[in-house]
Amino acid sequence: MKLPDLTELALRNLRESILRNSLTTIGISVGVASLVAMLSLGIGLQQLASRRLEKSGLFDTVVVTSRREMRGMGREEERNGPNPGESRILDEPVRKEIEQLPNVLEAYPDIRFATELRFEDKPHLTMISALPESAKSNDAFDGMQGAFFSSATAPEAILQKSFAEELLGKIPPLGAPEPNVADLAKPLLGKELVMRYAQRESAPAPPLRPADGNDVAGASYSVVSREQKLTIVGVSDLDPESMRGPMRAKVFLPLKLAESLHVMQPTDLREISSAASNQPVYSSISVRVKNPGQVQKVEDAIKKMGFTTFSILDATRSVRQFFAVLDLFLGIFGSLALAVASIGIVNTLVMAILERRREIGIMKAIGASDGDVKKLFFTEAGAMGVLGGIVGVLLGWAIGQVINFGTNIYLRRQSLPAEHFWSVPWWLVGSAILFAFLVSLVSGLYPAGRAARLDPVQALRYE
Amino acid sequence: MASVIASPPASATVAIRSENLRRHYPMGNTVIRAVDGISLEIRAGEFVALLGSSGSGKSSMLNLIAGLDRPTSGSVVVQDRDLAKLSREELAKHRLHVVGMVFQSFNLIASMTIAENVELPLRFAEIERSRRETMAREALERVGLSARMNHRPSELSGGEQQRAALARALINRPQILLADEPTGNLDSHTGTEIMGLIREFNQHLGMTVVMVTHERALAERYAQRMIFLADGKLVDDRPNQPASAAIGKEVRS
Repeated sequence: MKLPDLTELALRNLRESILRNSLTTIGISVGVASLVAMLSLGIGLQQLASRRLEKSGLFDTVVVTSRREMRGMGREEERNGPNPGESRILDEPVRKEIEQLPNVLEAYPDIRFATELRFEDKPHLTMISALPESAKSNDAFDGMQGAFFSSATAPEAILQKSFAEELLGKIPPLGAPEPNVADLAKPLLGKELVMRYAQRESAPAPPLRPADGNDVAGASYSVVSREQKLTIVGVSDLDPESMRGPMRAKVFLPLKLAESLHVMQPTDLREISSAASNQPVYSSISVRVKNPGQVQKVEDAIKKMGFTTFSILDATRSVRQFFAVLDLFLGIFGSLALAVASIGIVNTLVMAILERRREIGIMKAIGASDGDVKKLFFTEAGAMGVLGGIVGVLLGWAIGQVINFGTNIYLRRQSLPAEHFWSVPWWLVGSAILFAFLVSLVSGLYPAGRAARLDPVQALRYE
Repeated sequence: MASVIASPPASATVAIRSENLRRHYPMGNTVIRAVDGISLEIRAGEFVALLGSSGSGKSSMLNLIAGLDRPTSGSVVVQDRDLAKLSREELAKHRLHVVGMVFQSFNLIASMTIAENVELPLRFAEIERSRRETMAREALERVGLSARMNHRPSELSGGEQQRAALARALINRPQILLADEPTGNLDSHTGTEIMGLIREFNQHLGMTVVMVTHERALAERYAQRMIFLADGKLVDDRPNQPASAAIGKEVRS
């Protein structure tokens, strides 16, 4: 029998015992719905996490630190590579060397320091970080009020929203809605901040007499307190450094300006000989790679130079692994309901054989082959699978929407931004229906085979 | 209606031949010898009645000729093909194309309309839809049932259902019509109508007819040859002079 005929007859047979077949189909729908709901939750959470990571703008960035930093090293890193004391200092020649590596767009020093800012004569202590020109395209500045720095040396500052709140004394109480960034920016743009910082200046060797057993080893430097006026040019909505945790800055300066200030860095104490020579030593260097695919290669190259590296890709690798396992588990739980539903199909079809025994006998008597009968039962199983799959996907999608909606109400009450953490991609729709279809076909194997083997003489005798 | 004509009758051609045909069923500790060594020959175009009391093996014999059942031993050759040697698939083809069957209990599928029942064998034969509809309408016209083609079997009288079953048996233009007590569930008037149609298929379409019945009068009236079975064995085989075809025409409605 041809497929259109099979489908027509199968659907007719399904309609004949509409209640039983509907119930079976609903069983499949519930199974598919739970599968779709579970997987779309997993996929949605994964997308949410990756979206967050991508927005950080650090996806294509490798952070390089010296092994002399002696932190952020895993056990493996401790064992491999040179001894920290003998390893290289992260200085300007190294930065240039890294910039020459293939696939590297730029390498710039991370200048970050905690210092005091005065605004309208009130002191505020905060973390300050320098941004290169290229940071202009960072997604974090999408919703920024005002403008990016006019030049790499301009005495200008961009504030993070939360620092703007602090300056204006508008920190919202916990649970209250976040103020609009535009309202925060209006009274601040164009205003002046005074930054106090510690500048490092090389100095001649102090004319001190060496004390007993305490010799002067080399050059020395002095620390001078300085002030720098800064104009507020922008207030950013998102946090461009959300990935840095407690180290993240709330005020940003142009990179060249920050470099020219020779701000005292924590590394200066350790690398005292270089610091005294006024040759900059960096605590870390950020390396931007052409695309995330090459991050691994660049990382390996830098590691070979004897430095410690970190990239978001390292972090996402474990995130991806976590989600793969999560999806697997959610999928298995979702499939359980479908497995139960498939037993329903077997049951329904075996019942149908008993009920339609005579009909099968008649069909065989007038020329139906074993294959025709088998295909007919197969098609019935498959049709229930496809119908159940379609209804199930709709149901699963609806469940997801309802839960998403409910959770967002909750998030809003907690004054957290609404998130779309439920995602039903097209491939999931397609494969869920296909999976339901295949499960139904497998369930139909036994009943169809049994129907096909039915002896027509016996079947015709059956009333 | 020329399209429904089977191969022309040729009295010399053998349509069905069985040799020492046996069909035994195990039942508990005993063996039922439903067909027990029957050898016979039926020529193309013959109208044969298989007679016998219930349990004589006449229906089993018919099922063997139809290819619904397989012999325990011996051979049954229909249109030069030994059914014992055919695969299940080939037997299905035999039932589809070579023989048409009608039953005492009509055996129409209750969930289908008359037209759908009649065209069902065409679906198995994978004939395209447009041709199927024409062929089903022609077959229903031939049995005088075109007005009721969209009704379900339960909405029809017994006689009408048997006409539909006859139309279905004809639809694939088989050379042989096998009828198992075709009038058993019908009153005598309706039975006569059905027999008239069967005789017409035999005489005008040249179909070989094998009819199982336990009514000797019916056989004497329509069959050209009467074969008597008892306990699975052939006990008598005699020619018969059926009532004239004129009677058949007379009773046609």
